[in-house]
Amino acid sequence: MSPVFDNIDLFVDGFLTSLRIILYALAGALPLGVLIAACRVSPIPPLRAFGTFWVTTFRNTPLTVVLVFCAFGLPELGINRSFFAFGVLGLVLYTSAFVCEAVRSGINSVPAGQAEAARSIGLNFTQGLRFVVLPQALRTVVPPLGSVLIAMMKNSAVVGAFGVGGDLWSTGQRLTSALGYETLPIFVGGVAVGYLVITLTSGALLQVLERKVAIAR
Amino acid sequence: MSQQQAVLYDAQGPRARRRTQIGTVVAVLVLLGLAFVVYRRLDERGQFSMEKWGPLIDPGNEVFDSVWRLIGTGILNTLRAAAVAMVLSVVLGTLIAVARLSLGRAGRIPLIGLVELFRGVPVVVLVYIGVRVLPDVGLDMREWPGGQVFWGLIIGLTVYNMVIFAEIVRAGVASLPRGQREAALATGLTNWQTMRIVLLPQAFRTMLPAIISQLIVVLKDTSLVTFIANYDELLSQGESIQRNLGNPIQTFFVVALIYIAINYALGRLAQYIERRQARAGRSTEQPAETAGLTPVGGAPVGGGA
Repeated sequence: MSPVFDNIDLFVDGFLTSLRIILYALAGALPLGVLIAACRVSPIPPLRAFGTFWVTTFRNTPLTVVLVFCAFGLPELGINRSFFAFGVLGLVLYTSAFVCEAVRSGINSVPAGQAEAARSIGLNFTQGLRFVVLPQALRTVVPPLGSVLIAMMKNSAVVGAFGVGGDLWSTGQRLTSALGYETLPIFVGGVAVGYLVITLTSGALLQVLERKVAIAR
Repeated sequence: MSQQQAVLYDAQGPRARRRTQIGTVVAVLVLLGLAFVVYRRLDERGQFSMEKWGPLIDPGNEVFDSVWRLIGTGILNTLRAAAVAMVLSVVLGTLIAVARLSLGRAGRIPLIGLVELFRGVPVVVLVYIGVRVLPDVGLDMREWPGGQVFWGLIIGLTVYNMVIFAEIVRAGVASLPRGQREAALATGLTNWQTMRIVLLPQAFRTMLPAIISQLIVVLKDTSLVTFIANYDELLSQGESIQRNLGNPIQTFFVVALIYIAINYALGRLAQYIERRQARAGRSTEQPAETAGLTPVGGAPVGGGA
């Protein structure tokens, strides 16, 4: 364990960088995913087709392939950004497909009778959505969306492995390969524990949230 | 699909239909515009040249054969790693699930801890531990058939996925009607026989879609090894092709297409089985509780990786 404590400042830095990746990815993937979900449930056929195309593409491609596409493909088109930006972009695109599916399944879980009842008491489309469908949909969305987001936090390690410097993963990598520390304590005691702190905390928060919004059906 | 539309809006009248038609035209124009911008950009940068595409699509090209031989080996290696990891994860996961269901509280708690622990660590970290750390601490896998990196990858993927399968199987057994177990015990089967002959076969049937969905995750995760060590799976092969030919967009496009084709087919298979079971379920009154498990690949802290 001491190799970890000797470099605890590096690990704290790495932890914070990982959190930064996660927060940026969250800020991008949530709105984008909701937007794609809106496309997929809209009455307009081309938008639905576009949503389906998006989800099929990004759900069936490994995150690694999305990342190499961003980092090696986009520069070919004259788009040059930092590896960090490309990494976050890849994670956002990939996660948005899963966010979309979680949101869509939430909307689909609302029984049709609810919307019909809303219409029959005279609510218009927006009102029905706002007062009847969405409040119920959001509650069902919480558990699957939470697990998508926790998977995204774990996937931030892939972004790190991909070459974004300074996050938890890269810190472990640097300590073992450049500075010659033993791999076992660094990766099991340092890197894995760092990610566990993130995922287990989020998991616990998620459970609290789930209990708060839970409804009996 | 039709059911989902019924949730949000009624069958459309003439005015709504006209609005939809206008929306359709606008959306088509916007999407075509976007596609055109991307096309222009690609074209300007010479991304449609035969120089870049030739090795991949022109059988007359001198490197066409070797490129596709590389890709072919890559596909085989990816499938091999995914299949072995999958089989091991299902077997170990089932064992964990059975242990968790049949042991008393004293045995259950460490198992739950184990499950939570492995589920919380990114799979890429586990693959790294398998490939790099285990050999460092003295596990010599060089003599094993397939070599060290292969087995390191398999160990990493298996450890991660077996706990997810444990959860899937446990949920499957828990979703069976209680009478099944009671009846089996009443006919004189032992606990173990009940599990093996009555509960597990039924649980596997209900869980089949979730298991296939997880196979997609495993298949995608095999590509993680690219960043860690040399194992010639599909993405690594694509990497070395584009490094030699200087056509990243084209090569990774083909690589992505292959992944999408395989995974899409698996996804459809899962859907097909689920639908068939839902039909069969109605006649035999079996609760098909898989629906909640399939969309993101399973367990609560799940594996949409």
